[in-house]
Amino acid sequence: MLPEKIIHDLERRARRRRAIDRWFGRLGMVLTLITLGILAVLLLNLAMSGLARIDWHFLTSFPSRRAAEAGILSAWVGTLLLMVVTASVAIPFGIAAGIYLEEYAPKNKWTDFIEINIANLAGVPSILYGLMALGLFVYSFRFGQSILSGGLALACLVLPIVIVATRESLRSIPATIREAAFALGATRWQAVWHHLLPYSTGGIATGVILAMSRAIGESAPLITIGALTFIAFLPPPAFLANPPFVSFEWLFSPYSALPIQMFNWVSRPGEEFHANAAAAGLVLMVITLSMNGVAILIRRRAQRNIHW
Amino acid sequence: MNAPSSPPVAGSTRVSIRNLKFYYGTHQVLQGVSLDIPAFQVTALIGPSGCGKTTLLRCLNRMHDLYPGNRYEGVIRLQPGDTDILGPGVDPIQVRMRCGMVFQKPNPFPKSIYENVAYGLRLQGMNRRRDLDERVEKALREAALWEEVKSRLHQLAHNLSGGQQQRLCIARAIATNPDVVLFDEPTSALDPIATSKIEELIVELKKRVTVIIVTHNLQQAGRISDMTAFMYLGELIEFGETNRVFTNPAKPQTEDYISGRFG
Repeated sequence: MLPEKIIHDLERRARRRRAIDRWFGRLGMVLTLITLGILAVLLLNLAMSGLARIDWHFLTSFPSRRAAEAGILSAWVGTLLLMVVTASVAIPFGIAAGIYLEEYAPKNKWTDFIEINIANLAGVPSILYGLMALGLFVYSFRFGQSILSGGLALACLVLPIVIVATRESLRSIPATIREAAFALGATRWQAVWHHLLPYSTGGIATGVILAMSRAIGESAPLITIGALTFIAFLPPPAFLANPPFVSFEWLFSPYSALPIQMFNWVSRPGEEFHANAAAAGLVLMVITLSMNGVAILIRRRAQRNIHW
Repeated sequence: MNAPSSPPVAGSTRVSIRNLKFYYGTHQVLQGVSLDIPAFQVTALIGPSGCGKTTLLRCLNRMHDLYPGNRYEGVIRLQPGDTDILGPGVDPIQVRMRCGMVFQKPNPFPKSIYENVAYGLRLQGMNRRRDLDERVEKALREAALWEEVKSRLHQLAHNLSGGQQQRLCIARAIATNPDVVLFDEPTSALDPIATSKIEELIVELKKRVTVIIVTHNLQQAGRISDMTAFMYLGELIEFGETNRVFTNPAKPQTEDYISGRFG
């Protein structure tokens, strides 16, 4: 039996420790709720000021000097086309770079250096990508203030995200699966194409979609390289009725985008324009959230049959 | 493939290893091993952990090529064709198609049972459904798995039990008719019943392929192998008929290991 006093001390300390434990639990819950609350207030606020503005007319009209007639047609079309360019550059380059770094590249000082810098690139402020794109795509390559320049700038911005996601998902495939393929006589490329890529589709697709939803909300780099804030025409169509049926003229068209349109409306005086900005923000929010939803669905589906 | 010469008969040498040295970076793991592995027999590689038995096994299908910093020295000749497995002009992919491998833990691809077995055949260019069907069935029968899976060939391999998965991996390895099948402790992750099925299967398999098996289980080596090689610290200490090595070892280290004095 321990002396009375020691037992008493032990109990007192245990009570104290339990109390701290309980308090941290409560504090954590409160902080979590505050975070969620801020998001909810943000959404609610957007919805209250913007929801009334969203109708067919709003989605199918060009911006206008009169707030009630203004719409986001050129903005969402611009955003869509930007995403087409961004995706068609960032996805193949990012996945290829991820595969190379993870499966082909020798592990040495050089590849360590590259690895660290890709991680760093993901943290570079987006406006710097805008400056780079301005010098490189707009002036050096003479792409002008076009959808192509904007899409390429956004592609550079999200490339590290795609690379990192690809590497992470490849890395989660056990080495024994690679060895099984090689032991049957597969080349490195066959192992990648027949096994590693299919087994990591979920992770890669998730990364790609998250990268796209990052790109879709960016405004700083686009403003830097000269997206228009007021535009009352659409880029030329990509598909034609007559041969050669496809045209890439749209790549060189000026454009606007949803965040740019919002930025423009917010900076104007007048409640009505602020309501328009909120409505455009709501549309952007819905697009982003549904992309994230799709990412979750894809991951669930793709991982369903794969257990290691 | 190499020029067809007369196929080795049972007992003739299938793989001849001469003065094989292997280095992980600067660390030498095999200290000049020489060994003749007879065709259509089961050869067991035994020895304590770290003795180099798995390293030796993985030289035979050039698995070490997959990782940087590894280096081989010496000669490994594979019959028929007298191919020098380690030769500079030899494509490791060709070697791997002739020396199949079954791993420690069952590692089926997360694909259907059928696709697992068909994969090696597809790599060798077999595309016609009828040919594939036939060879997949044959391999599954030889792996004593056909009766259990014939009604669910297109279900995922991961739904099988551990023992079934390992037999599937054996079917995958033998479907392409390799000359040699390398087993790297194939039962170490399995329960006794699944283990005994795999052992029966290996004994059955030697009728048509040469088997080399690494095992840390001496009883297993005793039960299924015809020849036993005892390795210690990267050297081949003793090699001979399993009965002789187990009952009348020539070297004191072998006797100490087999009688359980170390290991």
